[in-house]
Amino acid sequence: MNLNYVLRRVFFLIMVIWTAASINFILPRLTGRDPIRVQLMQQIATQGRKAEDAEQMIATYTRIFGLDKPLWQQYLTYIVNVFRFDFGYSIAAYPRTVMEIIIARGRLTLPFISVAVVIAFSIGILLGALLGWNRTPRWLSGFIVPPLMVFSSIPQFLVALVLIYFLGFKARIFPMSLPFPTTMMEDWTNPQFLMMYGYHAVMPIMSIVIVEASGWALGMRAMMVTVDGEDYAVFAEAKGLKPRRIFFRYLIRNALLPSLTGLALRLGFIITGAAVTENFFNYNGLGSTLGSAISTFDYFMIYGITIVMVFCIAFATFIMDMIYPLLDPRISYRAQKG
Amino acid sequence: MRGFGAYLKRNPALGAGLGILIFLLLFTSVGRLFVDVEHAYPLTVAANQAPNATYPFGTDRQGRDLLAVMVLGTGLTLQVGAIAGAIGLTVGILLGFVAGYYGGLLDTVITSFIDVYMSIPGFLVLILIATTFSNVTLGVLEMGLIVSIVSWAGPARAIRAQVLSMRERPFVMMAKLGGMGSFEIVMKELVPNLLPFLVMSLSQSVYGGIMSSLGLEALGIGSRRAPTMGMTLFYVNYYSAFLVGMWWWIIEPVIVIVLVLTSLVLTSFGLDEVANPRSRRGV
Repeated sequence: MNLNYVLRRVFFLIMVIWTAASINFILPRLTGRDPIRVQLMQQIATQGRKAEDAEQMIATYTRIFGLDKPLWQQYLTYIVNVFRFDFGYSIAAYPRTVMEIIIARGRLTLPFISVAVVIAFSIGILLGALLGWNRTPRWLSGFIVPPLMVFSSIPQFLVALVLIYFLGFKARIFPMSLPFPTTMMEDWTNPQFLMMYGYHAVMPIMSIVIVEASGWALGMRAMMVTVDGEDYAVFAEAKGLKPRRIFFRYLIRNALLPSLTGLALRLGFIITGAAVTENFFNYNGLGSTLGSAISTFDYFMIYGITIVMVFCIAFATFIMDMIYPLLDPRISYRAQKG
Repeated sequence: MRGFGAYLKRNPALGAGLGILIFLLLFTSVGRLFVDVEHAYPLTVAANQAPNATYPFGTDRQGRDLLAVMVLGTGLTLQVGAIAGAIGLTVGILLGFVAGYYGGLLDTVITSFIDVYMSIPGFLVLILIATTFSNVTLGVLEMGLIVSIVSWAGPARAIRAQVLSMRERPFVMMAKLGGMGSFEIVMKELVPNLLPFLVMSLSQSVYGGIMSSLGLEALGIGSRRAPTMGMTLFYVNYYSAFLVGMWWWIIEPVIVIVLVLTSLVLTSFGLDEVANPRSRRGV
């Protein structure tokens, strides 16, 4: 892998986070009034919050945004704080800091989303490859492709709703809410806890897998059709290789590359989609925390979570970009040329 | 017209997509004649009714007639999509044509900005924007405007790529030699040739706009009173409709949303075949 390529991707990563942070800096200033202070004052008035708490919060807020300084200095302080992951205190859960809550909740979200993405990608690739292979009977495609098109075009939470109703409420096979039973302590070294976590994650994972695997299956199927006609595929067949070997070593391997690019582009949708889905599972993860922060207008929480999510997605994409040239060395050279 | 009908036979995706779309438009427009639109708002009918003779679609926890909600909501959801799609496509066309046709430094700047912008999950930007403007009531127009913020980048990038490939074609060269100005070439030569592609971009950005607005509303961002599809789902979750077994309240918005989204995806899939007849695929 050449250094130029790596540097370009690192620069890109920083640009993405910087742009996201800047959007967040500019937005409240566009409204003319200060939504955060207004909200804070309102909460102090209605919720009977202790005055000194509010004082300290406003002090932190003034520090983070450096409101007493000129605009360019405010901007610098703000950007530095973003890169240090300092988002101040949560308004609703004061005196816990935003980062503290993000870590506590993100811990519950990250494992199930990662597992879901891996499962969805594997199933999607295999299914798509089988559907696009010239040895698969054509009527099978006719049966499977229309539902795949429907599933790939709807949001995850729609699938989640149907799953919750039928598998959770009617059949009572899987738990309908929470990441683990309330009678349990969160302890990641306890195998029993891990079992329960897995059991509770089945339906959230299913809703991600059903939607995402369908999309990848369709993409992979289209790629297989083009790869199937390539010279090397014809040659492999002429050599008399076993169909199994041609399928796995020649066809899938080549058709896989665009799907991997697709995975990197799609990550943002999957993660934000899962954040909405979590709310329907009442999951207590990062997504439902975002949901409740929106309804209580916990502004620091909202912007903390969005920035952390942007960071995670950008970083995951960066890792994908680093793996990609190992699979397809042409990429880093092409990128170099511009 | 007969030629079009015959074409649809060869392109079933386009036919099905347009068919469902027309059905939905009829449902929301003609439906208004048969239901009392006031009943789509809270406390207008008896709450928690399962589907029956008076309320064929049942009613929800807040006392809305769900038939009226579906009729009105389908229209609202399509309107949000239409606004977002129209704005997204207009901006996309402008940037795409400028970047693709003029090229050079301008192209580099626009393309890199789009690349960076597309890497920021649009949905998160939308959440920030919608919460920043939380003091504004988010009606259909406002929702459409907000959602359009993420719907321009995709079309811009795709249109740029198309223009780039078309710029060097012989017929454009001919037009240039014939003394046509840049603007004239774009309007007279490029746009007509890209028309199916542009319509496909439009249906894709309408789809994107609707997806984003559904997500925002499902999180409770938007007008809490308006009977949009996303807000209906927000209330399904808010009142835990599944815990009390109000299946009609869950299944109806799900069906409507599936129809709306599927029709748009099928339409753009069908238009893709019109735009690139060479990529024929057997569905």
